[in-house]
Formats: sequence, structure tokens, C-alpha cells
Amino acid sequence: MIMTKLRTIPAPHIDPDTQEYWKGISEGKLLVKYCRSCKSPHYYPRAICPHCGSDDTYFEESSGRGHIYSFSVFRAAPAPYAIAYVTLAGTDISMMTNIVNCDFDALDIGQEVKVCFSETEGDGPPVPTFEPV
Amino acid sequence: MTVKGKAYIAGAFEHPTRKAIDKSLAQLHAEVAKGALDDAGLTKDDVDGYFCAGDAPGLGGLSMIDYMGLKLRHMDTTETGGSSYVIHVAHAAQAIAEGKCKVALITLAGRPKASGEATGTKPRNYGTDSPDVAFEFPFGPTIVNNYAMCARRHMYEFGTTSEQLAWIKVAASHHAQHNPNAILKNVVTVEDVVNSPMIADPLHRLDCCVISDGGGALVVVAPEIAATLNRPKIRIMGAGEAPKHQMGGHIDLTYSAAAVSGPAAFAEAGIKPSDIKYASIYDSFTVTVLIQLEDLGFCAKGDGGKFVSDGNLISGVGKLPFNTDGGGLCNNHPGNRGGMTKVIEAVRQLRGEAHPAVQVPNCDIALAHGTGGSLGTRHAAGTLILERV
Repeated sequence: MIMTKLRTIPAPHIDPDTQEYWKGISEGKLLVKYCRSCKSPHYYPRAICPHCGSDDTYFEESSGRGHIYSFSVFRAAPAPYAIAYVTLAGTDISMMTNIVNCDFDALDIGQEVKVCFSETEGDGPPVPTFEPV
Repeated sequence: MTVKGKAYIAGAFEHPTRKAIDKSLAQLHAEVAKGALDDAGLTKDDVDGYFCAGDAPGLGGLSMIDYMGLKLRHMDTTETGGSSYVIHVAHAAQAIAEGKCKVALITLAGRPKASGEATGTKPRNYGTDSPDVAFEFPFGPTIVNNYAMCARRHMYEFGTTSEQLAWIKVAASHHAQHNPNAILKNVVTVEDVVNSPMIADPLHRLDCCVISDGGGALVVVAPEIAATLNRPKIRIMGAGEAPKHQMGGHIDLTYSAAAVSGPAAFAEAGIKPSDIKYASIYDSFTVTVLIQLEDLGFCAKGDGGKFVSDGNLISGVGKLPFNTDGGGLCNNHPGNRGGMTKVIEAVRQLRGEAHPAVQVPNCDIALAHGTGGSLGTRHAAGTLILERV
């Protein structure tokens, strides 16, 4: 059996305007910020819409499905890992993440993935990672 | 207002060190400043404007201004990472055109090698107040895997290959063999590059730039000062600067901010890419060069792989000689910030002072382009077009 050293994930820093997002993550929900004015989603979540400048923004739960926009496996790292941008299903927005629970050699652009949550160091919340469907 | 014809680069100096264990950061800044002023035939007492970026120790430029004993009437500490110094030249020309200063000094220095930093492979944390950090840092973004995602997407959309990217390193190595200060002086082949260890796929070890200490400086002067100096006249024709970011999640890794800064510089200069005799192109990785060449208009978007192949970037062989000092890929990437050395080699080419083996004949118009930050997240580009008059 090949022993793979697991990479520890640093805990995210939680700001006042992202508390609701991280609370959702802790409850197993991937929330996406939308704007009531321009109707567009954005990522990462902000108090003010980066597309139109409106402050009338709200969270909506995402399906957690998406596809890989691009990725790279850090082969030279002590514990290799896959960084990726995943485009969320039904949206035109992509988020930086890790692809986990996968065969690194079988990853591909366009591949369907679904959200899963990975533990972080210390008392921090988990972070949204993705795994192949 | 245009900067065209309003200012000249009179002094340029690249520090010969590549590992500065025995020098402080402030000392390196002061040594490159002295080198560039000597090159111009000026002294520190002639300087009335100073430009530096985040690599300078202390608050903004204040500690270095104090250390060097400068007496100034203009300062600018624009920080855009590795492209800062390309942008500083444009800002110096603007300040000179507005009468704010007449002799502008720009310095860069760094010692990542001496301090043992894993600059390309360690995830960078810009601090918790940076709003993106919570949404990126947990996932291990490094400089190399960020650029690797750009390379992967470019390959997917346009069929670019690792062999095509390798040609960029091959060209840089052909130039570096003539530079006694270059870290990597051996000529490499496409096979050498694609067979070197995979770092963050699809980028291999030889797709990456070197890590080096050192620095460089430039002196930008008003026309009436240039007229008194006994140096070739290198005039600023045009400049452009632009940021690019994640656009609220509308990620597109196939192009860079050069798509905005390049056309702006060409419009101001009143020339087109085919008029450029020599190009200094930011080369943190091979893919950085490929994407920027397309964005600057040297070839169509997606055709970069074909454009760089078969030695097209090698001086005396191809149509667009690039980074004839060996660039960041082989020569020097002081302080992980390659913009300064890009401008310096363009000045050498325009003066006819590049190594004879790589000097471009009749090099009268050159371009220097820098990118700072990361193509994979957010960055700023600076493009400069220079002419010998």
C-alpha cells in the first residue's frame, strides 16, 4: 500500500461580512452570494456586488455541483495536492478549491465534481473542496 | 497628456550578485542606485524624484531615501509586484512631463536566496485583511501552481503543448550562455525541459524562473538633462498599465492584463508589434511569456505555441529576439521581481551594449513588459515602448 502523506489545510480567517458563509459551510451548505439589483452571482462573497456596485446582496444555497475549469497537481509538494478552479453548475462563476478523494492522474478539465467539506487545522470551520461525481 | 518623447532613460544598472549573503537589503538598493547614476554620469545630488516598490525596506520609500541621503521633490511607491519598475518608468516620465522632477531614480533589490525563502512553492499569505485570503490560502495557492492552471487551460483551449512551452526556455538558455553573470548558463533542449522533474503539472522545473538575489536601478531624466549626458539617447515612446483580477468569479486564465496595457502602449507610441526589434517579456514561467506575447499582439490568441517554436525567440535565428540576457528563466529574477531587469536589457539592446552574440542589429525600437502578482488570481501589467534617437 502506498502511504500518501496528507496535507493539513490552514483554517480560513472569518470576517464580519463572511460569517454567514462560513456558518453555512459548518452546516454542510455551500452558499453563493447573489445581487438583487443585477441578478448576478459572485465569488468570493462580498457585502457589495463587484459586478454592479449594489449593496442589496444575499446568500443562496448552491447545488454543490460543478465542473473543473482548470487544475494543477502540485507533484513536488511534500504531500501532493490538486488545486483547481471549479465552475458552479447553473452559474458563470468559478471558485478556487482543492479536488480531493480522487486519482490525481485521472483529473480532467470539464470533469463533473460535487462539493465535500474538508477539515482544517485547529478550531476553524471546514472548507469547501470538491470530489469527482 | 502623453509621455511620448517627454523623458529618457539615461542610466541602467543590474547588480552582478545572485546570492547576497554578505549584503543588507538597504545596501543592495544603494549599490544599484549608485551603479545606475554612475552609468548616466550623474550623482545622488542630481536626483529629485525617487521611485520604489514593496521590496524597499521600511515605510514606503522613506527608509531608503534616508539611507541614501536623497533630497527630493517627488516620490512614488506604486506597488504592483514584479511589474512595478516598468510602471515606475512610465510614472517617472509623467512626473517629468508635469515638471515635478527632472532626474528620477528607480531601485529594486531583494535577497530571497540568502534568506532561504521557498518563493515559488510555498503558499503565499498576504494577511487576513486581504479579502481573498480566506477563500484561497486554505487551498495551497503558490506561484507555480497558479501559473500551472493557466498553462493547463491554455493547452485545453488552444492545443498548446509542453514542447512548445519548452522552446521559450530553450531560447532563454541560448542567450544566457553568453552572460557570465547568469545562474543557468548551459544551453538546454526541448527534451531537457520536458524531462525535468514535474513541479506543478503541467509545469516542469525548467519551465520555472531562477530564484536570485540582487537588484537593479534606472535613471529617467528630462530631455534637457539627457542632452547634457554622454550616453546614447533612449526615449520613452509609449506606456500602458492595467490590472486584471477574478472579475467576481468570471475566471478566464487564457489572457493577462497585457491585453490592455499592450494596446495602450502601442497606441501612445503610434507603432505596431511588427515594428518591435527586440522584446523583454516577463518570464516567471515559460507560460507567462506565451500568454503575454499573444496579449501584446505579436501573434493571435491561441497561436503562441506555434509562434515560440523552432527558435523564433532566439536572437539571430528567430523573428522576435527576447530576453537576450537570459531573462528570469536563466539569468536573474532579483527579489522575485523581474520587471527591472526587463527594462535594463531593453536599454542595453537599444544602446548596442548587449553581448555581441545576442545584440540585435539596428535595434532602434524595443518593448519591455512586466507582470506582477499572479496570472492565476490577480495581477498588474506594465508595458513600455522605447526608442533610440
